[in-house]
Amino acid sequence: MTAIAPSTTPQVPPSDTATSTTPPRTRRVTRLRWSVALAVGVLAFFALAAIAPGLLATHAPTALDLTSSLRPPGVDHWFGTDESGRDLYSRVVFGTRESLSIGLGAAAVSLGLALVLGSLAALAGRFVSGSVNRLVEILFAFPTLLFALLLVAILGPSATTQIIAVGVGSAPGYARIVRGQILAARQSGYVEAATALGHPRGLILRQHIIPNAVRPLVAIFTLCVGQSIVWASSLSFLGLGVAPPSSEWGALLDAGRSYVTHAPWLIVIPGLVIVVLALAATTIGKDIQARLESGDE
Amino acid sequence: MTPTSSTEHTLAVGRRITSKLLAAVLVLWGAATAAFAAQLALPGDRATVILNVRAGQAIQRTPEELAAINEQYGLANPVVVQYLNYLGGLARGDLGASYQQYRPVWDVIGEQIGATFALTFTGIGLAWLLMVVWVTLTAGRRPQVRALGTFVETVTAGLPPYWLGIVLLLVFALGLGWFPVIGGSGLQGLLLPALTLAIPLAGFMGQATRSAFETALTQPFVISARMRGMGDLAVRLRHVLRHAVLPAVTLSGWALGATISGAVVVETIFTRPGIGKVLVAAVNSQDLPVVTGIVVVIAAAYVAANLLVDVAYTVIDPRLRTS
Amino acid sequence: MTTTALNPAAQTDEASRPPTRLRVTNLRVGFAKGGHERRVVHGLSFELAAGECVAIVGESGSGKSVSARTLVGLTGAGATVEADELSLDDEDLRGFTDRDWRRVRGSKVGFVLQDALVSLDPLRPVGKEIGEALRLHGWGDRASRRAKVLELLDSVGVPSAANRARQRPDELSGGLRQRALIASALALDPGVVVADEPTTALDVTVQAQVLDLLEETKRRGKAIILISHDLSVVARLADRILVMQGGHIVEDGPAQQVLTAPRHEYTRSLIAAVPGTHTRGRLLGSQVPPVVSVPPRPATPEAEYAGPLLEATDLVKRFRSPDGSVHTAVDQVSFTLERGETLGVVGESGSGKSTTARIALALTEADGGSVRLLGQEWTSLPERRRRRLRREISVVYQDPLSSFDPRWDVQRILEDAISSTDLPSRAARRERVAELLALVGLTPAVLGRSPLTLSGGQRQRVAIARALAPWPSVVVLDEAVSSLDVSMQAQILDLLVTLQAELGLSYLFISHDLGVISHLADRVLVMKDGVVVERGTVDDIFARPQHDYTRELIGALHPLNTTPTTEG
Repeated sequence: MTAIAPSTTPQVPPSDTATSTTPPRTRRVTRLRWSVALAVGVLAFFALAAIAPGLLATHAPTALDLTSSLRPPGVDHWFGTDESGRDLYSRVVFGTRESLSIGLGAAAVSLGLALVLGSLAALAGRFVSGSVNRLVEILFAFPTLLFALLLVAILGPSATTQIIAVGVGSAPGYARIVRGQILAARQSGYVEAATALGHPRGLILRQHIIPNAVRPLVAIFTLCVGQSIVWASSLSFLGLGVAPPSSEWGALLDAGRSYVTHAPWLIVIPGLVIVVLALAATTIGKDIQARLESGDE
Repeated sequence: MTPTSSTEHTLAVGRRITSKLLAAVLVLWGAATAAFAAQLALPGDRATVILNVRAGQAIQRTPEELAAINEQYGLANPVVVQYLNYLGGLARGDLGASYQQYRPVWDVIGEQIGATFALTFTGIGLAWLLMVVWVTLTAGRRPQVRALGTFVETVTAGLPPYWLGIVLLLVFALGLGWFPVIGGSGLQGLLLPALTLAIPLAGFMGQATRSAFETALTQPFVISARMRGMGDLAVRLRHVLRHAVLPAVTLSGWALGATISGAVVVETIFTRPGIGKVLVAAVNSQDLPVVTGIVVVIAAAYVAANLLVDVAYTVIDPRLRTS
Repeated sequence: MTTTALNPAAQTDEASRPPTRLRVTNLRVGFAKGGHERRVVHGLSFELAAGECVAIVGESGSGKSVSARTLVGLTGAGATVEADELSLDDEDLRGFTDRDWRRVRGSKVGFVLQDALVSLDPLRPVGKEIGEALRLHGWGDRASRRAKVLELLDSVGVPSAANRARQRPDELSGGLRQRALIASALALDPGVVVADEPTTALDVTVQAQVLDLLEETKRRGKAIILISHDLSVVARLADRILVMQGGHIVEDGPAQQVLTAPRHEYTRSLIAAVPGTHTRGRLLGSQVPPVVSVPPRPATPEAEYAGPLLEATDLVKRFRSPDGSVHTAVDQVSFTLERGETLGVVGESGSGKSTTARIALALTEADGGSVRLLGQEWTSLPERRRRRLRREISVVYQDPLSSFDPRWDVQRILEDAISSTDLPSRAARRERVAELLALVGLTPAVLGRSPLTLSGGQRQRVAIARALAPWPSVVVLDEAVSSLDVSMQAQILDLLVTLQAELGLSYLFISHDLGVISHLADRVLVMKDGVVVERGTVDDIFARPQHDYTRELIGALHPLNTTPTTEG
C-alpha cells in the first residue's frame, strides 16, 4: 500500500510500478537540517534576484568596459568579466528572471501534461486508459533531450520553444510517476475499506485517491523545476536556446563556450549557478518527500 | 503453488515473449509515426521548406522547382501513401533522405553513430562500476557514512553533463594534462567523456540501488549467512548485491536513451566524433529527416535495450520465471 | 566434537552427565541511542547441556530475540554486552573479536530462523546455501562438499536430494524448505542450535514437521535454545523454560512445572491467554471489558430479519497465474451464517478462506455461485444497487493500518464510517463516535491521534469501532488477531465476545489458528485447497473429525490448547 517514492534526482525518474516489489522499508530520516536551511537561503536569493535584480547586482548588466575585459573573478568583479568587460555577476543576477521563468514555465507544462496523461492512464475506462498508457510508453522511448531537440527543430529556437520543448519532452516520465501514484492509491487498503463502507466511487476519488496521489507531487514539482532549468540550459549550451546578448544563463553558457581555454569562468560559473539552483530545489524536494513519508510510515 | 507441467510452462513462456515483442514493435511503430508526424509539422509547404533548407534562405520558389522536389521526395502522394512508404522504408532500413545534404539519412547517421554508441556503452559500464563499488562500501553503515553516501549521490545525479564535462576537461586535460584536450580516438580520449556521462548516471542509479541494498541487508537470509560464519564484505558481495541491483537493471533500459542524449552534448565539449555535431547542425537547419532519423534509431535502441533488460532481470531473479 | 547420544532424562551420576555446552550468567544488554543507554536485557542466566532444550518465552519487546542474537555476537550496532560469565564449550565469548565469532558461527553454534522462504537466499539454490557453511570453514573440496550437502539433505528427510539441492526455496514446498534450512544450520555439526521463532508464519502441518525434526536433533545430542512467543510450540520441546517480560526473567524452571503450576503472575496470564476448546465461554485476559450502555439500534427491516444473514451457494473463484496455469482458489464453497452466531473458517495459507471472505463482502467478484445477504440478492447485484446494503456487513482486517487513510486521525476515520443519512447532525455523529470508543474500550484521548502513533491492539480496536459504526448485522474478521501478541490477542478476543453478546452481532471469523477458532466459534468450516473438507460444531469437529486434514489440524494443537491448567 505504500505510495511509491519517486527516485528523487534531477533526471526524470522512470519508475512506474504501482506497487513496489521491495518490502516496505523503515525510513531513516537522517536529515541534515543545515542543508535544507542553506537550500532555502539559496532559493530566496534567486527569488529576490528575479524580482528585484537591481538590489543585488553590483553593476549594470549591459555596461561595457573594454578596459577590463576578460578579467578573472576578483574583488571588483566577483565573477569576473566577459570579452566586453561586462560584469558576470550582475549578468547572472539580471538573467535570473528569464531563466527562472523558463524553468518554471517548462515545469508547469511538463507537470500539467503529466497530470492529464497520468490521470487518464490510471482512472479512465479500459479503452481510454489503455490507449493513453500505450501513448505514454511510446513517448517515453524518446529521451527528453532528443525529444526537445526534435521540437526545437520544428519550432525554431526561442525562449517559448524552450519552454514547450523541455516541458513536453520531460512530461512522459512524470506521467508515469503520476500514473503509478494514482494506481497505488487506487489499489490501497484504505480505498477498499471505503468501498466496504459503501462509499460511492466519486466520493472515494475525492476523499482518498486524489489527496493521497497528489501529496508526493509537491516534492516532484520542485524536482521538476530544477531539472527543467538544467535541460533548458542544455539546449542553450548547444546554441539552440535564447540568443545572446540576453543575460539568460543558458545564453551566457553559449557565449562562454568559445572562451573555455582562456576565460573558463565565463562558462563554469553560470553552470555552477545552475547546478546550485537545481541542487537547492532537489534538496528541498527530497526534504518535503521525506517529511511526508515519515508521516506515512 | 503446485508446479505446472513442462508443456504448459513452455507455452506460458512463449506467450510472455510474444507479448513483449509485440509491445516492443508497438513502441517502435509509435515512434516512427511520431517521427513522420514531426516531418509534416513544419509550417508551410514541404517542398518549399526543403528548398529553403538547402539554400539556407527563404525565397519564393517556381512551380518547376517545386514539382521536381515533389517528385523526388514523393510529396505529391496523399499523406496515407507517404506514411506507408515511410514505414516500409523503415522496415528496410531506409530512413529517408536528408533535406540539406543530398544523401540518405542512414548514410549521414551511420558514419557517426558508431562513435556515439561506443561512448554511450563505456559511459554506462563505468556508471555501473562506480555505483556498485560506492553503494557496496557505504550502504548500511554508520549514519554519517550513509549520509555522506546519499549526499554524494544527490549531488552527482544532478550535475548537468555539459558542466561536469567542462570542469573535468579543465582540471584533468588542460590543468593536469593527463588526457588529450581534443578528443583523441582510443581509450585515452574516451575516458573523460565517458566519465562525464558515468558520474551523474551512477549517482542516479545509486540512489535506487542503495535503497534496495539497505532493505536487503535487513532480511533474514543475511542473518543466516552471517550465522554460518560469513564476513560482512562477503555477505554484501555474494548475497545482497544480487538483490540490490534489480532496480538499477530496470533503470538501465531508460538509461540508454538518457545517456545517448547526454553523449550528444558531451561530444561537443570534447570535440569527439559522433552524431552530436550532426544532430545540432540538423536542428539548426531544420533538416527534419535527419533529426527524426536519429530519434527513431535511438528509440529502436531503447526498445532493444529494454528487451535485454527484461531478459537480464529474469536471469538475476529467476523467481519471475515461475511466479 | 563428541557424539554423545545420551538420554537427558536418564542422567544420574556425575560421570555420565552430559557436557555443559553453554554457560550464561547475568547477561546484560543495552543499546546506546542519542546519548543515553536503554537496557534491553537485565540479567539473563542459564546453563545448557548437550541433548537439552532451554526455551526463552516472551512477547514482542521482551528481549528474547536480542538475547538469542547476543549469544552469537550479532546483537547489533551500538550495543553494550556485559556478563559475569558467557562461555561456549568452555570458551569465553566476552572478549571475542569479529574473526573469533566467524570461526565459531556455524561450526559450534547453528542458527535456525523463521520461515525458510526469507531465511534462505531466495535467489540461490538451497544446495548452495547449505554448502556455504562448509565452504566458509574450509571443509573439504568442492566434490566432497557437494556429497556432504546431499548427505545432509538426506539426514533431514528430504527425498531425491540431488534434485532438491538444485532448486530455490520458492520451488520447494513449505516443509521441504524448512528442512533445508535446518540442514544448513546443522551442516558443520555444531553442538548448540539456536532456533529463533522457527515455526512462526508456517502452516500448522509444517510446524509439526519442523518440531519433529528439532526433537530428533535433540535426541542426537545437540543442545537447543528455543526462542518463541508460542507456548504450545515450546511445550513440546523444552526441558527448561525461561519467561521474559520487559527484559527481565520473571520465571525460570522445568518445563512441566512452568506450564502446569506457574509461579509468576505474568506466566499465569500468558498460559491463561492461550485460546482453545477449554477456554470457551470464559474470558482469556485479566482485564474485564467495560460494561457500556448500548444505544438502541434503529429499527429497520434488515434489523428485524430472522433468517440466515449470509447464504453462500457454490462459490467458485479462479486465478490465472503468469506461468499459464489456472488456480482454483475457491471451489464450490457453500455456507450459511445465522444471526447471533460465529462461523469460524479455518485453513492454512492457500486454502481459499480469505478469498471466500472477500467474495462474501462483495469485494471480489466470484466466477460462479452467489451470496445472499439478509435474504436479498447480494453478489449478483451491480455495485450501485449493493451500496445501500453495505452497512449491514463490515470487515476487520489483519493489518488495520493499511486500511486507514494515512492522512487521517482517529476521529476522521470513525466519523467517516458513520452514515450521514442515519445521523444528519454533526453533534449526533460526534456523540456516536464517543459511544463507539467506549464500546471498544478506548478513551477519547485517541481521537486526535494518527493511527501510526497507536499500538497494535489500539489500532485493532479502532478498526473494530469503525466496523461497528453503521450498526452492521454481520462482521467479517479476516485474521483479525493473527498479528497480535498473545496477551493482546486475548484482550481483543474478549472484546469481540463481549460485543457479540451486547450487540447481537454475527461473526464470520477467518483464521489459520484452530485454537482461536475453537475458542470463539459456534460452527466451523475447515478449508483446504479451496474446498470445504469438513463442517460442524466445534464439539463435533473435535470429538468426531471426519477428514484426515481435520485430524491433522487437531493433532498439531498441543494439549496446552485443549486442557485447562491448574490455576494458582
